[in-house]
Amino acid sequence: MMMQSLIKVSGLSYRYPRRGLVLDKVDFHLDVGERVALTGANGAGKTTLLHLLVGLKKAKSGEIFAFGSIRKEEKSFVEVRAQAGFLFQDPDDQLFCPTVIEDVAFGPLNLGKSRAEALQIASETLASLGMAGFEERITHQLSGGEKRMITLAAVLAMEPEVLLLDEPSNALDAKARQHLIDTLKTLPQAMIIISHDADFLAQLATREVRLEEAKLVAVSNKIKEVNESESTDISAEAFKTETVHA
Amino acid sequence: MPQFLEHSGTSWKGQKVKHDLSMIDKLDPRLRVILVTAFAFVTVLSENFWVLSIAAATGLVLAFLAQLNVKRTLRRVIAMDMFMIFLIILLPFTTPGEALFTVAGLSASKAGFLHAMMILLKAHAVVLSLLALVGTLSATSLGHALAHLHVPDKLVHLLLFTVRYLDVIGQEYKRMRRAMQARAFVLRTDMHTWRSIGYLIGMLLVHSLERSERIMDAMKCRGYKGQFYLFDELALGRDDYRFMALFVPFLCALVGLNFL
Repeated sequence: MMMQSLIKVSGLSYRYPRRGLVLDKVDFHLDVGERVALTGANGAGKTTLLHLLVGLKKAKSGEIFAFGSIRKEEKSFVEVRAQAGFLFQDPDDQLFCPTVIEDVAFGPLNLGKSRAEALQIASETLASLGMAGFEERITHQLSGGEKRMITLAAVLAMEPEVLLLDEPSNALDAKARQHLIDTLKTLPQAMIIISHDADFLAQLATREVRLEEAKLVAVSNKIKEVNESESTDISAEAFKTETVHA
Repeated sequence: MPQFLEHSGTSWKGQKVKHDLSMIDKLDPRLRVILVTAFAFVTVLSENFWVLSIAAATGLVLAFLAQLNVKRTLRRVIAMDMFMIFLIILLPFTTPGEALFTVAGLSASKAGFLHAMMILLKAHAVVLSLLALVGTLSATSLGHALAHLHVPDKLVHLLLFTVRYLDVIGQEYKRMRRAMQARAFVLRTDMHTWRSIGYLIGMLLVHSLERSERIMDAMKCRGYKGQFYLFDELALGRDDYRFMALFVPFLCALVGLNFL
């Protein structure tokens, strides 16, 4: 049986005026239940790829198929953004409301929920991440780890089907980092994770793709097979040995 | 940031500064904004000494009612006085008219002196009432009040975003400044210093611009379509009506006194 991919791109290219070609006819797909690690050197175009997926940048060529239809112009991407929760590199870019509860409720309100519903969803989401009691806190006074969890809550409050995580473990201490890993493990969403943190990926990812010289290459086929059997432990092991060689 | 630029309700760091709750704090933010604006217009347009003295006294009374921190308020009032001090000093000597006194051969006119006093009274009346009624609002509730009063969205957003990101930009500045110091940079009066400070400010602008683009992207990702939603439902209460019943006739009386 062929399951339809949540996101599928083919022949995607992107060029920056000065940096030149960063994505050259890239093919990629994300299926239900997958947690794909997206790796590559600094400036390889990892973030660019995620931005293209949700239409923050416009591809020079190629096709983006997401959540059941082809997405081309700005209007059609609005729906994609509601279903693909994007976690930005710097939490300060994401937390723009003065208080935590307003920030978490921002997404649901944009999706047309009433104020009461949005507040309800926001506090439930916070509680589910163990962040109850943070509602009235001032966003820019939170610690790095707290900011990260709040941004995750803000994204999850929109009930997305896919999570796009751009270096989520950046600048987190060991405890906050492990807390994030444990939380992400419990989430049902398919994910694309950009990270340079090998252990972080080993604990989470089910397969890895790597951007090299504007091409996207699969790092290991083994993991894909193991992935079918749903055993994350083995896949994590296989993943580790593969990345050592890579 | 200089201390006198701090908001009464919130410091630049966004922390609440210590402020005892007073009866003024119970009033609806919208009412406070409207009344203080009306009061400011009445005061500034009045040309009668009595009216201005009453207005200045009202400013003082409001400041007392709002239980403003004396030290902080003085600092702010003095900051305003610094802007006006030369004008006030020069005005008697530059306005022609009946001589009141002479200093080093220059005669000060009575008309000029009165004019200077009027400006002084007007400025203090307006500043004190502003600090008492609007200064005690947190910057966020001020933004929300303005939004409820149908001030253009763009201006309100500008205010709210400034409140949120001023500290982030301030920290960015400090970080770069420290990085400069770490490489033995000291302020001197030479080209190198000017150029480096120029780079610093330029970099700060570039960083802020890039950050604003990332914030916009992050907002779009959460379904932003150009509209903000306000949470607080504001409603006028009994205290608001009482205050209005006192203040509106008072304003009318002030206007009337001008024509006696």
